[in-house]
Amino acid sequence: MTSTPLRRLLDYTVLSVLAFVFVLPVLYLVLGSFKPSDQVLSGLTGFLPTHLSLDNYRAVLDAFDSDATGYLWRFMGVSLFLSTVVVLGGLVVNSMAAYGLTRLRWRGQGAVFTLVLLLMLVPFEAVAVPLFYLFNDQRNTLAIQAVPFLANAFSVYQFATFFRAIPPSIEEAARIDGAGPWRTFFAIVVPMSKPVFASVAILTFLTQWGSFLWPVLMVSDPAVRPLPLEMSVFQGQQPVDWGQVLAFGVLLVLPVLIVFAFFQRWFVQGVAASAVKG
Amino acid sequence: MKTVEPAAATPSGRHRSEGPPPRATGPARPPRRNRDRLHGLLMSAPALVGLIAFVGVPFVYAVVLSFYNVRLGSPLAPTFFGVEQYRRLFTDPDLSGPFLRALLNNLTFAVVVVPLQTGLALALAILLNRKLKAIGLFRSLFFLPVVFPMALVAVVWRLILARSGDGLLNSALHTVSLGNWGAFDWLGDGLTAMASIIVLSVWQGVGFQMVILLAGLQQIPSELYEAARLDRASRWQQFRHVTLPGIRGTLVFVALLTSVLSFRVFDQVYVLVKGGGLDEDATRTVMYQAVTTAFDQNNIGQASAITVVFFLIVVVLTLVQRRVVRSGNED
Repeated sequence: MTSTPLRRLLDYTVLSVLAFVFVLPVLYLVLGSFKPSDQVLSGLTGFLPTHLSLDNYRAVLDAFDSDATGYLWRFMGVSLFLSTVVVLGGLVVNSMAAYGLTRLRWRGQGAVFTLVLLLMLVPFEAVAVPLFYLFNDQRNTLAIQAVPFLANAFSVYQFATFFRAIPPSIEEAARIDGAGPWRTFFAIVVPMSKPVFASVAILTFLTQWGSFLWPVLMVSDPAVRPLPLEMSVFQGQQPVDWGQVLAFGVLLVLPVLIVFAFFQRWFVQGVAASAVKG
Repeated sequence: MKTVEPAAATPSGRHRSEGPPPRATGPARPPRRNRDRLHGLLMSAPALVGLIAFVGVPFVYAVVLSFYNVRLGSPLAPTFFGVEQYRRLFTDPDLSGPFLRALLNNLTFAVVVVPLQTGLALALAILLNRKLKAIGLFRSLFFLPVVFPMALVAVVWRLILARSGDGLLNSALHTVSLGNWGAFDWLGDGLTAMASIIVLSVWQGVGFQMVILLAGLQQIPSELYEAARLDRASRWQQFRHVTLPGIRGTLVFVALLTSVLSFRVFDQVYVLVKGGGLDEDATRTVMYQAVTTAFDQNNIGQASAITVVFFLIVVVLTLVQRRVVRSGNED
């Protein structure tokens, strides 16, 4: 697109103003986490703090270092563990299923694939209540927080869409050389499918890291409580110490931000790629 | 193994499952299909077991439970209730009041959020679909809130919208209005509670839709714009006759995806009602209603009935989506 310097200046101005307004809540969170608590709610004039310190972080680390309130490393560990298990396990299970259902030919394969597509219609919210009832005796375990989310119909669909576009000749070459379906999959198909693995991994990670509804129903024990739930518990306590709540919030989103900072391009492209096909 | 696979039957490799069965290649053909059947099943098995156990079975169970009077922790055995749960949901004043309000709130949320968020996402996508330096940085900034867990978003906005004069929004309005604006309880007032939820939800989600639309925009061949400029089409005409037709399918997809997601709204409402002084009546959604019924009132049968109604709405929305997107793609 031809653009004059004036036009470009205008573009930058509009973008910068919009971006500032848009990022304001994030700035508010980050700045607030370094402010003394009584200055967090201090209106427009107090938005840019006069005094920055790490006190809130220190206080959070101290506060979450006892059996009574729970240990911060434990909340963090639970969230990291669950996300890792669900992302990695999900990648293996769902990609294998997609391959088995689209690239291997067997009778009934079409029907099974249709079943998966139908199950994709059922949002987790629609099964949360019966799952809660069915697994009521499994409450407060790590397993019940991870296992239901390993298999994911939407992930299978994403993988299937990608695998179907791979020219069959590539796999045939492997097969002629004597590779079985498993070897063909793991040695040929997986390495050439990095984009779809990345996009499924990113979406799964974001969903799992922010997971809230299921923990609300299933988890009351701080020992297996993931971060977002603890965040909600923490900010609901009276009296609220806002500086500490915001510092906790930064700690909650920091791991995602770090991943995001390193893989921005993948993040953005991965999300786009997973959705454009419809 | 001489002929490995009749690849010519499905040139692109797509739609293989729906296509005609591969041509018979004579009795000498090795039993490749049988071998694939075993491996295909084995490879699919873990995911299939998971999906059936944690989606299929619970879903059927929800339908069954909705016909019973089931209470969590009650010594009484569940009793068959017929359609009583549904009847109550729609006619018993004590129950139907909040439930119908939840439905209405969901509807309001969707009716506002879908055009607002889609329009905003499109505007941002167009703005960001330029070759400027640092455009990647801007894209990342607008995408940033997507990575924020809703439980955290709710807390940050709780402070921004705080009812005291020291809340960021109230304070800003106070300054802009030269002191005429006093403190206002954005979350607690029935009129603005839903609006607040909408604002923070759009803020968190718009980057997602923006990125999808951006990808759609980038698939429009630049020759089309060149041709339009040769025809002296104005910027608006280019938008109207090149951009919009070019992303029609993506746009419809995004709008309908947003409508399905908007019906699932839960986290922000729950966090803010339970801890943030949010007006419960003005913002309760169907999922909120289901969870509180199951969890706070231990009424599993009732909650299951709400779940089934919720599911039916989502299915209708999804089916409309598929139909529209499909017809859109065939143009």
